[in-house]
Amino acid sequence: MQEIHGEKAGKSKKERTPMPEQPAEERIKNFNEVALGYTKEDALAEASRCLSCKEPKCVEGCPVNVDIPGFIKLICEEDFSGAIEKIKGTNALPAICGRVCPQETQCEALCVLGKKGQPVAIGRLERFCADYERQQGVQVPEVPEPTGKKVAVVGSGPAGLTAAADLAKLGHKVAVFESLHKAGGVLSYGIPEFRLPKEIVRQEIDYIKQLGVEFKPNYIIGRIKTLDELCDEFDAVFLGTGAGLPSFMGIPGENLNGVYSANEFLTRVNLMKAYDPEYDTRVRVGKHVVVVGGGNVAMDAARSALRLGADEVSIVYRRGEDEMPARREEIEHAKEEGIIFRLLTNPVRILGDEKYNVTAVECIKMELGEPDQSGRRSPVPVEGSEFTIPADVVVIAIGTSPNPIIFKGSEGLEQNRRGTVVADEETGATSKCGVFAGGDVVTGAATVISAMGAGKKAAKAIDEYLKEK
Amino acid sequence: MAYKILKKEEIAPSVHRMIVNAPDVAKAAKAGQFIILRINEKGERIPLTIADFEKDKGEITVIFQEMGKTTKQLAKLSEGEFLEDFVGPLGTPADIRKLGTVILVGGGVGVAPIYPQAKAYTRAGNRVISIIGARNKDLLILEDEMRNASSELYIATDDGSKGHHGFVTDIMKRILDSGDKIARVVIIGPPIMMKVGTEVASPYDVEILVSLNSIMVDGTGMCGGCRVTVDGKTKFTCVDGPEFDARKVDFVELMNRLAMYRNEETKAVEKYEEECRCGLH
Ligand SMILES: Cc1cc2nc3c(=O)[nH]c(=O)nc-3n(C[C@H](O)[C@H](O)[C@H](O)COP(=O)(O)OP(=O)(O)OC[C@H]3O[C@@H](n4cnc5c(N)ncnc54)[C@H](O)[C@@H]3O)c2cc1C
Ligand SMILES: Cc1cc2nc3c(=O)[nH]c(=O)nc-3n(C[C@H](O)[C@H](O)[C@H](O)COP(=O)(O)OP(=O)(O)OC[C@H]3O[C@@H](n4cnc5c(N)ncnc54)[C@H](O)[C@@H]3O)c2cc1C
Ligand code: SF4
Ligand code: SF4
Ligand code: FES
Ligand SMILES: [Mg+2]
Repeated sequence: MQEIHGEKAGKSKKERTPMPEQPAEERIKNFNEVALGYTKEDALAEASRCLSCKEPKCVEGCPVNVDIPGFIKLICEEDFSGAIEKIKGTNALPAICGRVCPQETQCEALCVLGKKGQPVAIGRLERFCADYERQQGVQVPEVPEPTGKKVAVVGSGPAGLTAAADLAKLGHKVAVFESLHKAGGVLSYGIPEFRLPKEIVRQEIDYIKQLGVEFKPNYIIGRIKTLDELCDEFDAVFLGTGAGLPSFMGIPGENLNGVYSANEFLTRVNLMKAYDPEYDTRVRVGKHVVVVGGGNVAMDAARSALRLGADEVSIVYRRGEDEMPARREEIEHAKEEGIIFRLLTNPVRILGDEKYNVTAVECIKMELGEPDQSGRRSPVPVEGSEFTIPADVVVIAIGTSPNPIIFKGSEGLEQNRRGTVVADEETGATSKCGVFAGGDVVTGAATVISAMGAGKKAAKAIDEYLKEK
Repeated sequence: MAYKILKKEEIAPSVHRMIVNAPDVAKAAKAGQFIILRINEKGERIPLTIADFEKDKGEITVIFQEMGKTTKQLAKLSEGEFLEDFVGPLGTPADIRKLGTVILVGGGVGVAPIYPQAKAYTRAGNRVISIIGARNKDLLILEDEMRNASSELYIATDDGSKGHHGFVTDIMKRILDSGDKIARVVIIGPPIMMKVGTEVASPYDVEILVSLNSIMVDGTGMCGGCRVTVDGKTKFTCVDGPEFDARKVDFVELMNRLAMYRNEETKAVEKYEEECRCGLH
């Protein structure tokens, strides 16, 4: 089997099987998913490129160590149910990870094929298996005997969902507290429909509900109940509250009408469906939109603005394209769609009219200076290079930090200067007895898969803690 | 998850009182806090102040004025029906302590948020002088409740149909001028009233607080849509407020920000009322 794969790859398959996509000129007019997913034939062709390495490097690149050659081999054998089972052994949300993981810096970055040609499209294959399973109808695993222990999970993003699912599978009674009206965290309010259909998120949450997990939306810990109160009511608590507090730049004009944090802009568009006239929530549709930032959040905001009907959308980023933290694929998609990239550029102030509406963004050109201690060349402004970009909507996507609301009434929960919760890397244990934490609330804004990894480790540690308790 | 409307009545033309079953919210509620509700899946999230709460019964009272689409739609709901979402208590509770004498000024539906504060200030051992007003006597709300909750109650109407003919701030000025030692003034109402009230009270040696009503989405500090400028710094009304030191608030910015969606809001009401006429709602 291995030779056959090797031969095939050696002969003709240097390039990966392309992903069927909506054409750019069409997709900018709708919010439907851009990448359409592999057909069975595509998946078989792509899977056949994998060399089934004995010491697969790719697995090391995956934060949860999915058995990549294992599941790809099963695809080759057309055992798609087996393949998804294999993936789910370590990754509870493959339909989501296959779509949003930054594969080019994780699993695919280390694939041996990448040395000479293109790496195996691991993410796309993972997505294929998950989508196949969803079409067949997901099997709910048997839930073991109840242990009689109760665990509270705060926050329903990928960290909380993973912890909840794993704890439920171990027989613990789990309640998930979520401050918004809908579960999913960033998966629901942040990442747009065209990149991650909300139906998929809903199905994953339904699956977790079927495991017996109770969801409590509209429930803010720190307001309705404090963490201390949860500790009294439950045997253990997992904090997966994310990094939901938006940063602003602190430049003049930032409170003008039309200036949004990416969180507000994307919440209005995704969670509240402002793009659909049937829904009551509004968002300002700009003619000229400027998005500040270079991460996934900036790409999502820019591409959403375009789909809402903007004439021109530009991304303003103070470093160069190579430094952009966004997934490669999203940068490419954004370019195909006509988003203008203004690199090495930084806003200095936002201008408005007498009614406080945004009219333009004044920017300054940047150049890369001497390397700093970390070896990274940081951008410095070029004096006298100021210029203005006309704009009626500006979206600030320069980062987020944990929402401090959780610290109200949480005696003894240690936090860092950056506002993150201090937690053990292996177990998620915090300074507060019985409280574990993971995901963005510990690391600061990171990735879906790392949040899930943290939720997984914490679930295991919580289980051990409960056994000893 | 749904929240039952236990009671609903129109207490003045286009002003409604609604009692909602929300035990967890009621248990945690304090004066000065608010809730955010959503009528149904397609609805927007709107904030309303907690006008009263019964911890034992698990009830929250809100009082709202019909303004646009959502409040008009809310007004059409009946007892026994359900709200899709009802989250709270939000915001930092009002800073209520024993201070001596406080003046509470409420204008229009602003009387609704003043009422729980009047009760709380009285309970904390203060002498509470309340001044409430409206455009005319029919629009005046919570008169009896406010009288019971206060040491003294003054009334003003714009047209003179009840009490003082003029503004609540006229009465406030008269009391401040009288030389009585006043520790604090709390003003809640339309932004323009809070702005004018602040200007009137500013020269006096008295603490002035206002409760701001900026446009909100989540109400938890996650979107920043509710930002206001206080003392030259950006604050999030939903978590840093809603109560702020009035002298430091940039009211002009607040009023301009409140007008952000005015055109769309007008269109939404027209469309909604048209649909109502056609019997679609
Ligand atoms: C627009 C956008 C695009 C992104 N794109 C990608 C991508 O393509 N790939 C990728 O890997 N990562 C991406 N990320 C990052 C990724 O989404 C996050 O790293 C991940 O969601 C973090 O998961 P989490 O569970 O820690 O927190 P979150 O997903 O933030 O969930 C936290 C949840 O906790 C709730 N909560 C907070 N405080 C409380 C409280 N006090 N009480 C109750 N509930 C509370 C919040 O409402 C939220 O629902 C993106 C992020 C954004 C914003
Ligand atoms: C903390 C707080 C407490 C409030 N308490 C009360 C109360 O007790 N009783 C009451 O009648 N009103 C209260 N309001 C105002 C109330 O939220 C608005 O009247 C309501 O949102 C209008 O919605 P609409 O769709 O009916 O009208 P629209 O026509 O959509 O809006 C009318 C006006 O209300 C404001 N507004 C619109 N959407 C929002 C929003 N999402 N958040 C805040 N303001 C908005 C804008 O200034 C707008 O021009 C409060 C607002 C805040 C921020
Ligand atoms: S979970 Fe993410 S990193 Fe891991 S194999 Fe799947 S796509 Fe790659
Ligand atoms: S490194 Fe690449 S070729 Fe090797 S097993 Fe992993 S995916 Fe297959
Ligand atoms: S309403 Fe979103 S931060 Fe205040
Ligand atoms: Mg409205």
